[in-house]
Amino acid sequence: MFESSLKQLGDALRAKKISSVELTQLYLDRIAKLNPELNAYITLNPEASLVQARAADVRLAAGSAEALTGIPIAQKDIFCAKGWLTTCGSKMLHNFVSPYDAHVIQQFNNAGAINLGKTNMDEFAMGSSNETSHYGAVKNPWDKARVPGGSSGGTAAAVAARLCAAATGTDTGGSIRQPAALCGISGLKPTYGVCSRYGMIAFASSLDQAGPMGRSAEDLALMMNTMAGFDERDSTSLQRDKEDYARDLDKPLTGLRIGLPKEFFAEGLGSDVAQAVEAAIAEYKKLGATVVDISLPNTRLSIPVYYVLAPAEASSNLSRFDGVRYGYRAPDYGDIADMYEKSRAQGFGAEVKRRIMIGTYVLSHGYYDAYYIQAQKIRRLIAQDFTEAYKHCDVIMGPTAPSTAFKLGEKGDDPVQMYLSDIYTIAVNLAGLPGMSIPCGFGDNNMPVGLQIIGNYFDEARMLNVAHQYQLATDWHSRAPQA
Amino acid sequence: MILYKPYFNKVFAMSLSTQDVEKVARLARLAMTDAEIETTRAQLSGIFDLIAEMQAVDTTGIEPMSHAQDLSQRLREDVVSETNQREAFQAIAPQVEAGLYLVPKVIE
Repeated sequence: MFESSLKQLGDALRAKKISSVELTQLYLDRIAKLNPELNAYITLNPEASLVQARAADVRLAAGSAEALTGIPIAQKDIFCAKGWLTTCGSKMLHNFVSPYDAHVIQQFNNAGAINLGKTNMDEFAMGSSNETSHYGAVKNPWDKARVPGGSSGGTAAAVAARLCAAATGTDTGGSIRQPAALCGISGLKPTYGVCSRYGMIAFASSLDQAGPMGRSAEDLALMMNTMAGFDERDSTSLQRDKEDYARDLDKPLTGLRIGLPKEFFAEGLGSDVAQAVEAAIAEYKKLGATVVDISLPNTRLSIPVYYVLAPAEASSNLSRFDGVRYGYRAPDYGDIADMYEKSRAQGFGAEVKRRIMIGTYVLSHGYYDAYYIQAQKIRRLIAQDFTEAYKHCDVIMGPTAPSTAFKLGEKGDDPVQMYLSDIYTIAVNLAGLPGMSIPCGFGDNNMPVGLQIIGNYFDEARMLNVAHQYQLATDWHSRAPQA
Repeated sequence: MILYKPYFNKVFAMSLSTQDVEKVARLARLAMTDAEIETTRAQLSGIFDLIAEMQAVDTTGIEPMSHAQDLSQRLREDVVSETNQREAFQAIAPQVEAGLYLVPKVIE
């Protein structure tokens, strides 16, 4: 049952071969057994999950079930879910029981999916290893001495260890794709604006985007059908016609033009990762694709640009945490400024404070033009690189991350080294393009390698097709770590 | 290990002073001990070395890109769309009384 696809689970539920209560309980039992070591979940609420499962069974019996009705889905703890503790990985929100649902959560609730639990994450989604979580690091199920990636590391570990059928993530600079790569699962960051940000705790609003993480492209397509959609409460939500993201899964890849950016295969890429990615490209050629050499000349600038823009937006977004209306308040304080300063100092972790400091600095008087405006200008150059590239190819491929999963604690003391692990993913967020990662083999120490597929705006259905055809021809996506 | 050598380190390297960091911490409303100020100063200097690479790029005539899609913001009718949920919202507040959020006295 734990290896079944979402479609197979849906079929089994509708055929009454298993009830949603039984299926949910199976997952809860597996979580109880395996999660204490992996730490993939921050909050479980079996009673709430089973209430939803019973309602789903009523709907299944009535014949009004949808594709995901009755299926247990884990939610990244960045999504507000009514009645659920929603911490965003931070001490600041250690007691925040959300009074409302995020739009994405509503979409799953409307579909009759089961909220199986809230997954661990880097604090406020700031991190690439899941080590900045106030609730402890997550272990990579393939090697528990290694990180799962981040910031959606709990989700990636939960999917890889079969502790949920599929799950949600969010991606500001690679936070869906990089952990998907490091844990050997599939993940999609949609075009900016496709999934509503309402109720998704804000990090860098011009970059944040929710997306699905799962065991196959086919599963991601079903998840997208539920997650995506216009929502007037997010001012950047896009008004578009409803799409069936699974519509093109079965199309052949004959004639597909794959762009390979030379900057993605240059100095800094691990040879084990390069080998697996090149083997995947060779497989695509067998499937009828052709390869085009392209250039994204400003790739290396994406890191400095990101580490100006994302902290700038974060410093503004996180100013709401002041110990007044919700969340952590310091136990002892003098005047109101002292209360703000102590509550924030004690409630935020080191990486979050670091980024608030960077953001405050680059937005401050005298530095605004030199840093913030300059970064926004280079952001346009980076986006234009992609526009130029897509004149010559349909999708862009390369590695998702420069190396496989590193050891816990290995990069803890050096924020700059940690930031560099996002070199291949950040530019996609800056441009607002969709990107995904699918497993394409194993590298050093038998750790999974991810292939990144970057599409043009709104090309998610084609990317899922490209990923699905590869997954029909290979079995990397169905490999599972030993429990 | 990722090999990455910022090109313009030496030219644009900037070091933040203790006073700079103290000022930013004050603006950001973050209490910091002297030891934290010093650690932060060292780490931020490293990060700004990374960021300094941007300064050498010629961006004359390039419009700043503030958003992924160049769309104008939607407007909505100026009507009430939310219901009053004061009790639910204040149930999770650190300190409330008679429907009001309590903070230390601001005006003497």
